[in-house]
Amino acid sequence: MSAANKEIGPPVIELGVMGWLRKNLFSNWYNSLLTIFGLYLLYILIPPLVNWIFLDANFVGSTRDDCTNEGACWIFIQQNIKLIFYGLYPTEELWRINFVYLILFISGVYLLIPNLKHKGWVGAFLLIIFPIICVVMLSGGLGLEAVETRLWGGLFLTLVIAGVGIVLSLPIGVMLALGRRSKLPVVSILCTIFIEIWRGVPLITVLFMASNMFPLFMPEGVNFDKLIRALIGVMFFSAAYLAEVVRGGLQAMPKGQYEASQAVGLTYWRMMALVILPQSLKMVIPAIIGSFIAIFKDTTLVLVIGLFDFLGIIQFVGTNPDWLGFSHEGYVFAAAVFWVFCYGMSWYSQRLEKKLDTGR
Amino acid sequence: MNTMRISFLGLVCSVLMVPAAFAGTLDTVKSQGFFNCGVSQGVPGFSNPDADGNWSGIDVDVCRAVSAAIFGDPDKVKYVPLTAKERFTALQAGEIDVLSRNTTWTLSRDAQIGLEFAGVNFYDGQGFMVRKDSGITSAMELDGASVCTNLGTTTELNMADFFRANGMAYEPVVFEKADEVVNAYDEGRCDTYTTDKSGLAAQRTKLADPDAHVVLPETISKEPLGPVVREGDGDWADVVRWSLNAMIEAEEFGLTQSNAQTTCAMTSNPVVARLCGKEGGTGAGLNLGESWSYDIVTKVGNYGDVYEKHVGENTPVGLARAGSPNASYKNGGVLYAPPAR
Repeated sequence: MSAANKEIGPPVIELGVMGWLRKNLFSNWYNSLLTIFGLYLLYILIPPLVNWIFLDANFVGSTRDDCTNEGACWIFIQQNIKLIFYGLYPTEELWRINFVYLILFISGVYLLIPNLKHKGWVGAFLLIIFPIICVVMLSGGLGLEAVETRLWGGLFLTLVIAGVGIVLSLPIGVMLALGRRSKLPVVSILCTIFIEIWRGVPLITVLFMASNMFPLFMPEGVNFDKLIRALIGVMFFSAAYLAEVVRGGLQAMPKGQYEASQAVGLTYWRMMALVILPQSLKMVIPAIIGSFIAIFKDTTLVLVIGLFDFLGIIQFVGTNPDWLGFSHEGYVFAAAVFWVFCYGMSWYSQRLEKKLDTGR
Repeated sequence: MNTMRISFLGLVCSVLMVPAAFAGTLDTVKSQGFFNCGVSQGVPGFSNPDADGNWSGIDVDVCRAVSAAIFGDPDKVKYVPLTAKERFTALQAGEIDVLSRNTTWTLSRDAQIGLEFAGVNFYDGQGFMVRKDSGITSAMELDGASVCTNLGTTTELNMADFFRANGMAYEPVVFEKADEVVNAYDEGRCDTYTTDKSGLAAQRTKLADPDAHVVLPETISKEPLGPVVREGDGDWADVVRWSLNAMIEAEEFGLTQSNAQTTCAMTSNPVVARLCGKEGGTGAGLNLGESWSYDIVTKVGNYGDVYEKHVGENTPVGLARAGSPNASYKNGGVLYAPPAR
């Protein structure tokens, strides 16, 4: 009996690294097989990739002749970095873009640091004054030389399109969602038609219409700026998607919330702004951020209307006869930068979810 | 209410819209001090960015020549990158004044869609590239070959025509994008790769070992590429046409960018004197200054200068000019300019 009472630990084989491996990777024969196959895949994929990207790569030099090693020729990116980041924007005016980045960066960091005062003011500044600064600084005015949008490009243009699309589409999307659930038939029908039409066409079609068909409807010599046409298209397109995401959140709210707020005498708008929307938007944060990430990546489609976004400009600099044949480097670099931005958004959404999680 | 709405619309319109151009293009261009030139989104040697992000290439130089002819300055041009699909719309809608975007001159385009071709600045045509070690020296030996090419282009149709006309079998291997086609060919997934010869030459530099490949001599299609303007504006078409012709004729008479200044100072040849703007009054007929052709040659170069600078044998594009249709008629090509007099 005493032997049976003695405390026996789990078998050695279930402890430590071995135990973990056994439990998670080799629990039965087919899992073991999959593990070995996975390891083999990593073995044949990772070392050549690391060699190509880092170990055998060329980092120093100024022409293609300096790329003597087997691996990637990062000199291609390095020599064209100004084009890739800013497009054809005049070199002597680049400080204007950098200035805008700086303001955005400072206020962004301010908002991210917890427990600082006046965050509301900084937020209001970003939403109201900052866009005006952007327009003046980037396109010119108030004594600054005008820079036409046809010179905008690269990562800068991608950020402009994605930024405008994201910032403007959310409020429009919320209004559309409320409109679709409205009890007023006209409002509800119009919103439904709007949403379904924009969701029913691919973004590439929207951009195509904006760039190819629209000019034909206008009298000769009358031109809207191509970038504005694209921005409006992207904005409405993503607003339609966001509207449905937000509507999902609204429908998930228990009926009691509506009735309770009406019972305390809140008007429709106060009820929505104070009770319903804060809760329902919180519920759909992952889906909203998902839409934002999709918009960010969809900006690459503006290539089909002759705007050079980040990916487009990388393909474009690759057509310089001095740098032919480096498309692999370009695409890998583009993928890395896109990943950084998209993961950044994803990280922020997780942080926001944790912060707003009031433990329901 | 209605009048208010209309006046509001009018306000919006007047803010958003550029004044309509009803005058002739040349007058408008002169008064605004620049013109818009539609180019590609990057075709090596034709219109591509240089190291500083400026546009360069032989298509770009057509626009620079027009600018030099009008303003005496080759850089009064605003370049508008266009996709193949939007290029004609952009021209018709007045977004651009000249389209210089490796556009093939065909009857249907000239006759039907309100365009006017102002000349030919590059005679292209479809060709084949093969591996040197395959031993193939002529396209006629390609019976049974697998052929890599782009999906849904005239390239694919020309290829089908060629093989059918010669009673040969082939196996098409098609891809959406040029890069994919090149990779597939490089990896040996097909025996030969076909596209326009200018494209073949540019794509060859992307191959792992460019010297192991050769472009076959046959050209199976005619692709005369040239600048395009809107139909119904003869004065403007003349300016573009003769800017191009002046570049070609300057080469025929040995007037180059480097020797133009000295040659013009001491020439006794009346044709050269006319090109130098010293006699003949050619500018008046085009509503341009008398030095228009001299400005083109000194500031942009003659056709040969431009060709060698952007696509010639010493460039990465490496298109040999001798023996090709792009050689001057004096050297067996078909490049021939009507006299500027």
